[in-house]
Amino acid sequence: MTGAGGPPVPARPGDRPPRRVKVVLADRRGAKRVPRTLIELEEQTKIGEELVKNLVNAQLRTSVLVAATTLVVLCTFPMLFRYVPNFADASLFGIRLPWLLLGAVPFPLLIGAGKWYSRRAERHERDFINMVEN
Amino acid sequence: MQHEVWALTGIGAVALLSFLLGFQGARSARTTSDFLVARRAVKAQRNAAAISGEYLSAASFLGVAGLILKDGANALWFPIGFTAGYLALMLFVAAPLRRSGAYTLPDFAEARLGSSNLRQLSTVFVLVIGWLYLVPQLQGAGLTLATVTKLPYWVGATLVTALVMINVLSGGMRVVTLVQAVQYWVKLFAISLPAFVLFLVFLSDHSEHRASLSQPMPPTFVETTVVKVETDVTLQVGNPVRVVAKGIVDNDRPVDGVLIWNVGTHKVKAGTQLTFPAGASVPVASGQPLFNSTWLRPQSDSWSSLFQTYSVIFATFLGTMGLPHVLVRFYTNPDGRSARRTTQFVLLMLSVFYVFPIIFGLLARLYVPQLLITGNTDAAVLLLPNAMLDNWVGIALGSITAAGAFAAFVSTSSGLVVSVAGVLSTDVLKGKVRDFRTATLISGLVPLAVVFAVHSSDLSRAVTMAFSLAASTFCPMLVLGIWWRRLTAVGAAAGLVVGGGLCLLATVYTLATGGHDGWLSQILAQPSAITVPLAFLTMWGVSRATARRVPLDVSRTMLRMHAPDRLGFIRDRDVTDGVTTGADDDGRMRSGRHRRG
Repeated sequence: MTGAGGPPVPARPGDRPPRRVKVVLADRRGAKRVPRTLIELEEQTKIGEELVKNLVNAQLRTSVLVAATTLVVLCTFPMLFRYVPNFADASLFGIRLPWLLLGAVPFPLLIGAGKWYSRRAERHERDFINMVEN
Repeated sequence: MQHEVWALTGIGAVALLSFLLGFQGARSARTTSDFLVARRAVKAQRNAAAISGEYLSAASFLGVAGLILKDGANALWFPIGFTAGYLALMLFVAAPLRRSGAYTLPDFAEARLGSSNLRQLSTVFVLVIGWLYLVPQLQGAGLTLATVTKLPYWVGATLVTALVMINVLSGGMRVVTLVQAVQYWVKLFAISLPAFVLFLVFLSDHSEHRASLSQPMPPTFVETTVVKVETDVTLQVGNPVRVVAKGIVDNDRPVDGVLIWNVGTHKVKAGTQLTFPAGASVPVASGQPLFNSTWLRPQSDSWSSLFQTYSVIFATFLGTMGLPHVLVRFYTNPDGRSARRTTQFVLLMLSVFYVFPIIFGLLARLYVPQLLITGNTDAAVLLLPNAMLDNWVGIALGSITAAGAFAAFVSTSSGLVVSVAGVLSTDVLKGKVRDFRTATLISGLVPLAVVFAVHSSDLSRAVTMAFSLAASTFCPMLVLGIWWRRLTAVGAAAGLVVGGGLCLLATVYTLATGGHDGWLSQILAQPSAITVPLAFLTMWGVSRATARRVPLDVSRTMLRMHAPDRLGFIRDRDVTDGVTTGADDDGRMRSGRHRRG
């Protein structure tokens, strides 16, 4: 995966018949495709740095949003059980509500949050790549 | 006698399986990188199984059910937190950390903040956390063998240590990855099948006994039960109970005969044997809910218990990302994206697993309540099958759970030993294969020595101490290091010292005093809701005060950690400055065929 992206360098010497003219053309085409922005990233220019900052902020916002939502949901339960006694004593389908809420609900919630997050994170990364490569 | 043989057979099978896998893999392990990171050639699903296999320790396999049997609804926070930690890890750490190329936490500290002093400080905390986590594993092993075979406590601990050493020494991480992945499935099978069968037995049990779980009364004995008290204990009695006692009870009075215990508390000295008739109310060790109805409700009667609940959430949610054996495992992912995918599988695998210990804990309250007297509740998973089914099925299921528990100790301990030894060999000794072997010996023998010295119960709580320490030290360092440009080495070090120091002090205090009921002791027993924010604040404040010392290459590091994998900024183990001696191997890895794995 590491080398899958980046500038498509066509040169694996064994693959190609040694016809000089075409090799030169191929090299030039390859060189042309290295996008300016990628160079800016590499060389740490102001623009490049700004781009990375935006990406980091977007990713961080998503992470914090997911973490905060999950924690708020989970951290409400102990408060509810303490201050709404009826809530702690209620039962649903013959199972006490606290056991249902703590034993069954959090796990799908965590999996769902993880799934949603990784989709968002990958979208941010795709956007970033599109921006850099155009 | 018969069920001991079967249980030993199960344990033997697990031991043999790990040994064979280890032996087979050993032939292909050659270079230091083979030993340490399995050549990064492990697929997301298998890697997730390996992470889960390694993570599901004695605390999960035995401890969760034990805590539920004892504490009821409040204990449900442990499995929730043990799982939720991976969400936090995925949100804040997984992909960037993988891309940073850091293999261990000290690596990360140095690569990000460029300070070798910080590296050494991190090394110390990695060792402490690793050993804190290893001790309960070995204790669990001792408990398991002592429960199923009556062998002395130290035999199990020594046996697991020896087995882990052989495994790690013969093939290192690559072997361990394979062993771990297999052991996730072994453990899932070993807990799900018995849980399923026992649940069916419970459903077909139409006696009055079954309905007693929600009644305002203590649990009752299913049959005549003999209990041998091994440590001094104070019992609460909820209904008057007739007991045949032999030993020393109630104010140092020697007895040998029938006693009537009235409602109240009764002291029992170690070595006393108590015999209860069937149907009698179970006395419960003090400090735990006595009546089934209170046990069934979440207990939040006092501020300190609410604080403890939140502290457990904090410690487990934020502590997982700082556990050395978990992070090392992420380095075997080829890139950042696959690190995220792996974590997603881990969330799924853990969620599936934790259903079963919860079922065990519930059933244990009905069928093995005698554990509440001795407080030895961690044995619930091991004893329940035989208590519910008095025939060969029960024996078979009992040996399956014993084997699964053993798998739990072996896999977690292997992972911990590998990561502790990895840090020892690269940072304290020289990073060559032979030193990795010396390091393995040291990292296994230290916790074994502690096991001989300290005797404690409650595996899940013991493990949570390691979580608290990780959450108060490495969590802030990782989160701020990955997301905040202005972190400095001085700030990080100050945070580690404040968070880790306070957490360790609280742990030492709790171990020394044995934990009382006062609010201060309760806070000190679970300090992370205070120490974690303090560590964050210290890192932030001191970093702002030393703003001039922000590393010069911070932009490059940020780019490498956050740029999508396709752009090719990812690094593999970026410690070539001659500070670490793994450097010559790294050179080979970059140029040679090992690079892409």
